[in-house]
Amino acid sequence: MAGIEVTALHKRYPDGTVAVDHVDLSIGDGELFVMLGPSGCGKTTTLRAIAGLERQTTGDIRIGDTLVNDLPPAERDIAMVFQFYALYPHLRTRDNLAFPLRAEGLPKSEVHKRVEEAARLMRLGPLMDRRPRRLSGGEQQRVALARALVRRPRAFLMDEPLTNLDAELRADMRTEIKHLQGQLGTTMVYVTHDQVEAMSLGHRIAILNKGRVEQIGTPLEVYDRPASLFCAEFIGSPPMNLIEVEVVDGKLHSKGGLVLTPPPGLPRDRSLVAGVRPEALEVTEPGAEGSVPARVVSAEGLGDEVIYVVDHGGQRDVRVRMPPTVRFATDASVGLRHSGGTPAVYDVHTEDLVA
Amino acid sequence: MAVSVDDAVSAGPVRDHTPPARRFGGRGRAVLEVALLTVLAVVMLFPVLWMVETSIKENRDVYAIPAKFFDFKVTVDHFKDVFVSSSGGRSGLSVSFLNSVVVAGVSTVLATVLGVPAAWAYSRFALKAKKDQLFFILSTRFMPPVVVVIPIFLMYRQVGLIDTQLGLILIYTAFNVPFTIWMMKGFVDEVPAEYEDAAMLDGYTRLQAFWKFTLPLLVPGIAATAVFALIFSWNEFVFAIFLTSSDDVRTAPPAIAGLIGGTTVDWGLVAASSVVFAVPVLVFAYLVRRHLVAGVTLGAVRR
Repeated sequence: MAGIEVTALHKRYPDGTVAVDHVDLSIGDGELFVMLGPSGCGKTTTLRAIAGLERQTTGDIRIGDTLVNDLPPAERDIAMVFQFYALYPHLRTRDNLAFPLRAEGLPKSEVHKRVEEAARLMRLGPLMDRRPRRLSGGEQQRVALARALVRRPRAFLMDEPLTNLDAELRADMRTEIKHLQGQLGTTMVYVTHDQVEAMSLGHRIAILNKGRVEQIGTPLEVYDRPASLFCAEFIGSPPMNLIEVEVVDGKLHSKGGLVLTPPPGLPRDRSLVAGVRPEALEVTEPGAEGSVPARVVSAEGLGDEVIYVVDHGGQRDVRVRMPPTVRFATDASVGLRHSGGTPAVYDVHTEDLVA
Repeated sequence: MAVSVDDAVSAGPVRDHTPPARRFGGRGRAVLEVALLTVLAVVMLFPVLWMVETSIKENRDVYAIPAKFFDFKVTVDHFKDVFVSSSGGRSGLSVSFLNSVVVAGVSTVLATVLGVPAAWAYSRFALKAKKDQLFFILSTRFMPPVVVVIPIFLMYRQVGLIDTQLGLILIYTAFNVPFTIWMMKGFVDEVPAEYEDAAMLDGYTRLQAFWKFTLPLLVPGIAATAVFALIFSWNEFVFAIFLTSSDDVRTAPPAIAGLIGGTTVDWGLVAASSVVFAVPVLVFAYLVRRHLVAGVTLGAVRR
């Protein structure tokens, strides 16, 4: 087991596109580290560079104390799980599991022992003599995970391993992966574009955009104080409300009249946007204390909660999360009240967190 | 045609549970379809049938007027003439057939050996101006090959490739490589690159990963591509007639064409040699038919 250090990683393709733009990551030993971002943000390229499948243009990668820049994938002592499973189609499960061990040249008894161990851990008993074609997607991915396990690598690299599974299976596998990682304590780098996956799995999350790291933090840090407008929009479902505000008399005033407590150290003379989570707002009866007038644009009843989209001072996409006991009709005039703490405030032009 | 017309009608604003196609359809339409297909089949297949018939008719029946469709005497003399010369040795035609086998076979193998790795490289690697390169490769097939016959002839004369098998093999390979690259690239694109990635993590080099894991999955595609390349080389006529002159080197198409044009034409021999010429490709295509169908449809289905 080992941590992974990525220093100033830069990847430029021959056609000139920059996939990864001077990325620094410091992944701790035994950490489950998630790289999150939209497609084309460079997360997969970074992972493939760590794996050695892609050669970086500049920058260093260290696994443990070893500088692995010039090592081929096989000598980096890592295992990778792919989106499309990549099980060898002509081999039965048993042989798929044994394959990397045989390639390493381990003695037969050891191979057998490790294969059985991984099979037990991933509960593959009845699947051992089937070929990949006769396995369902979920089963294939479990075999792929077991295949990564048998090598007892210093780190696991996961490239969107759950993307091809249906929703229910995805949730199960997510739990399984998290449990497995906790049990083994092996460093894991997990790439995904699904923020729910990132939030629920990661010890820490790195949010990438256009080849750059936007923010690195624990799931709660990333949720509570997104480091940029991009992160604010990417994390959370429904996403954070971004409300234009002005500083008047030491308070933040929105166009619709909502007044928010400003964070300390707020600069003056800048166009500002306040990031307010949907659960930090309340829909109230019109004229309730501390509320400003608003109108319900739509209501999505999700059973355990209702997401109200309200029109607030001309901004028609303010989302509010409310318990299902509260009912307002579409088009109803209501009140809107801020009930959370100090919001995160962003500069409209630099798109960065200012305070 | 009939189908598209009916579709156009049924797509109209008429709100009816039975689309018009169904009402007019049924028996009448089926009969019409069968009749049209029969006419088409006869038009297409009659020359083939006539060729086969002529090849087994006695000479008297070949020239009989009115033509004899059924009651003719069957003989294999023409086929014997294809392979054995009148003096008893090997006939010129049999040498031509052997030349065809060598030229078409070697050029197909060469085009496959060069084209498949190239297609793999174009599919897997980020290259500078990849699209332009691929377009350039494709552009060599834009013009009809005949256009370059004269320049190629002059170049070949300079380097002494005129009237050699090697010359024909090279030119056929040159024509088949772009085709192979383009067709195979489609097949390689369909095979997930993850197989190779996984193999590389397991300790194989990139080439080994391609050889051991990707290549076996490409076999249907290679078979389909090779058949097309083989058919091209086997049938090629223009370059063969321009670039070769001696009977030792000449391939079958110009040799068979050379049978026609004397004072008398031995139609029986022409037909028999044509049959012999057609059979290998038919047999080959039949042997790889499963791969051929899989290969032709493979690229059409997206994952």
